[in-house]
Amino acid sequence: MAMITADPKDVPQVASFEWTAENLAIAKGFVAQYPAGRQASAVIACLDLAQRQSGGWLPRVAMDHVAKFLDMAPIRVYEIATFYTMFSLKPRGKYLLQVCTTTPCWLRGSDAVMKACREVTGVGPGEVSADGLFSTMEVECLGACVNAPMIQINDTFYEDLDETSTKKVLEALKRGETPKPGPQVDRQTSAPVGGPTTLSTIRSE
Amino acid sequence: MPKMKIDGIEIEVPAGITVIQACELAGVEIPRFCYHERLSIAGNCRMCLVEQEKAPKPIASCAMPVAEGMVIKTDTPLVKKARNGVMEFLLINHPLDCPICDQGGECDLQDQAMAYGFDRTRYHENKRAVPDKDLGPIVKTSMNRCIQCTRCVRFATEVAGVEELGATGRGEGMEITTYVQKTLTSELSGNIVDLCPVGALTSKPYAFNARSWELRKTESVDVMDALGSNIRVDTRGAEVMRVLPRVNEDVNEEWISDKTRHAIDGLKRQRLDQPYVRRDGKLKPASWGEAFAAIAERMGKIKSAGIAAIAGDQCDAESMVALKDLMAALGAKGVECRQDGTQLQAGPRGGYIFNAGIAGIDKADLILLIGTDPRAEAPVLNARIRRRALNGGLKVGVIGEAPEDLTYPVERLGASAKALDDLGAFGEALKAAKTPMIIVGQGALARPDGAAILAKARALATVRDDWNGFCVLHTAAARVGGLDLGLTLDGGVEGVLKGCEDGSIELVYLLAADEIDTKRLGKAFVVYQGHHGDSGAHRADVILPGAAYTEKPGVYVNTEGRVQLAKRASYPPGEAREDWAILRALSGVLNKPLPYDTLEQVRARLVAVNPVFAAIDLQKPGAWGAFGKDGAASDAPLRSTIANFYMTCPISRSSRVMADCTALRRASLAVAAE
Repeated sequence: MAMITADPKDVPQVASFEWTAENLAIAKGFVAQYPAGRQASAVIACLDLAQRQSGGWLPRVAMDHVAKFLDMAPIRVYEIATFYTMFSLKPRGKYLLQVCTTTPCWLRGSDAVMKACREVTGVGPGEVSADGLFSTMEVECLGACVNAPMIQINDTFYEDLDETSTKKVLEALKRGETPKPGPQVDRQTSAPVGGPTTLSTIRSE
Repeated sequence: MPKMKIDGIEIEVPAGITVIQACELAGVEIPRFCYHERLSIAGNCRMCLVEQEKAPKPIASCAMPVAEGMVIKTDTPLVKKARNGVMEFLLINHPLDCPICDQGGECDLQDQAMAYGFDRTRYHENKRAVPDKDLGPIVKTSMNRCIQCTRCVRFATEVAGVEELGATGRGEGMEITTYVQKTLTSELSGNIVDLCPVGALTSKPYAFNARSWELRKTESVDVMDALGSNIRVDTRGAEVMRVLPRVNEDVNEEWISDKTRHAIDGLKRQRLDQPYVRRDGKLKPASWGEAFAAIAERMGKIKSAGIAAIAGDQCDAESMVALKDLMAALGAKGVECRQDGTQLQAGPRGGYIFNAGIAGIDKADLILLIGTDPRAEAPVLNARIRRRALNGGLKVGVIGEAPEDLTYPVERLGASAKALDDLGAFGEALKAAKTPMIIVGQGALARPDGAAILAKARALATVRDDWNGFCVLHTAAARVGGLDLGLTLDGGVEGVLKGCEDGSIELVYLLAADEIDTKRLGKAFVVYQGHHGDSGAHRADVILPGAAYTEKPGVYVNTEGRVQLAKRASYPPGEAREDWAILRALSGVLNKPLPYDTLEQVRARLVAVNPVFAAIDLQKPGAWGAFGKDGAASDAPLRSTIANFYMTCPISRSSRVMADCTALRRASLAVAAE
């Protein structure tokens, strides 16, 4: 039975939220993109900024601050924040692993990728790892089918994965390194593995 | 005016309406859940699907504007099939608990499922479960039943002006909530119960009390504020089970305040159901004969000039005219109806009514509120001002200590009446305005300099043949009727109380008058005729039990001078009687019989005293003339006479629901103050 919990009661209490000086300027830039009086249009961009500022999730105070900043009723902001899956109302790990499990990735072995994530982080989808580094999410198609299977880690795509390469990427993150984004096999973006097979005579001068 | 064809009927409809409205004009009924003619269009229930020629698929008629040459079909197999499908989807998660649901019998979903429902289910998954919300003492929630039509969200946002309800989550996880688990802070929250097309929002005080088909419905008029909202009183036996709004576009549209709706449990408490006579300092039960004899005996001992009467705030006009005639027959000082000490006079009618009419708010382009808090004094009227403000081009100025949030933006011009002398830029706007309204509340008039403020407000008002913008907002349902009957004394209620203190008045007749300082009645002999054991009855020497507003047929005049008829919904308890009949009987005992024996004769007498009583349910500006008194206004701030919206009369003070609402409001104010 689906039990609905839009308001997570077990989230930590955050006392206050204020834009940092830098983010305030960015948020004002978002508002400036819309006609005067239409500042509420910037709500999604502002919520995303607030989420980044608060470490990957949106405490209530952050939503209230955005509401005040954009002169909206708080409930209108809650509606948006609860609607979009890109906003989290619970704390997340430092790295959000969005594992694509839609058909192309699944056919190419997303189950193994998921297994690797589970083994390295020790937690399944919807949970935060004990060291606070990772949280995993099963997502629908992220539009990188040609490089399936793939995961999105925060803002970066890691593609052409298998169990070993996934583990390698995650272990690197654990060590505090930044693994090379994109395909994890010998491949230039979405070109064929092992180099181009057609148009090989055309050269750029 | 586009011409269109609906089910073969050629019809010309106004441009800009939607297909569902055009269908209604053509007499074709379209099922709907989310569409409501007084709310914005949501288009999310999909129940109103119709077939449009040349459209590839069925269209949602509530959201489709009409166009020239449109051909709409509402009775084709395709339409039926589409609606069946929508209904099946709506019922996937709707619980089958109609037998224990309060909406049963008046449920849109139940009714429409009879026409479009599938008699089996094809879904074997568990239904979703949604936690119930606490929306306060008025609204009971059962969120599993919700079909997410969002009428309540739109009402709270648009009409009530409290943006507190919303739809969070998405898909199966969508729910209607305040998210932060707070209760609604609106005086109109009860209306979302009427709006809810299913049993998700039901009335908490009425929960599990009655079924709609058991109730006798009586058309009546509300007396909780001076708006005279049209109501329907539902009774079972002698008990008033609930009050619902009746549509009157010119008064309350289809909304009523929470007090109107839920103060009725006060009708069952603290009632006076038999006469009492004070003997040896204690009130003792007595018979009608004994009570009348006690009054007659006392009247025989005193000079008739030492008799005065005060009429209460919720009296029907019949009882007030009977009291006036009785006092005249006795040669008494007279009757005073202005309990709150307002400086209004019974002079030209234009000087004490809401001349522009409540519907006139829709036409106003500028409103100046003087010493009034419409949100507490007449919430439904306040919602109308809000709607006018949302439509744009309205400027609202406030003089006095109106609350922070009136649900629309206002310009604050000052706390005291001194601001009237220099309105600054707002004064320029007032001069330029075509249809400005000056709304004067009792907070500006019920004070020593009230007459001066009245004169200043009169000077600001625009009065033309086609517009009279001078509006007095009353707080008492009986006040305009009382002034129409000329129930005023020199010196007002203050004069009566002073007379009691210095002994020049020896007998006071209180007709359901409880809002005075009864400690100041001195040694006077007090006759209290009314329905509740409130402050007046506690001080009384003789109590004559009367009828509350639901228990007698009555004429009431609302703040805009509209004469309205209320019918009797139930009977007064015990030995209590209709008020005019009590006065008629008393007049017989006193050997001054009043010249009427039936209600019709009393009403004929009303018309004889003032012809306005003949024009039932008509509103027009009153006669214009001189009123108010030139003088200086003090700089004491103007404050509304209503401190607590939920408790303003003996009935609402006896109501447990209103007490709960009061406690909740106080608690939330205390939190806000921290």
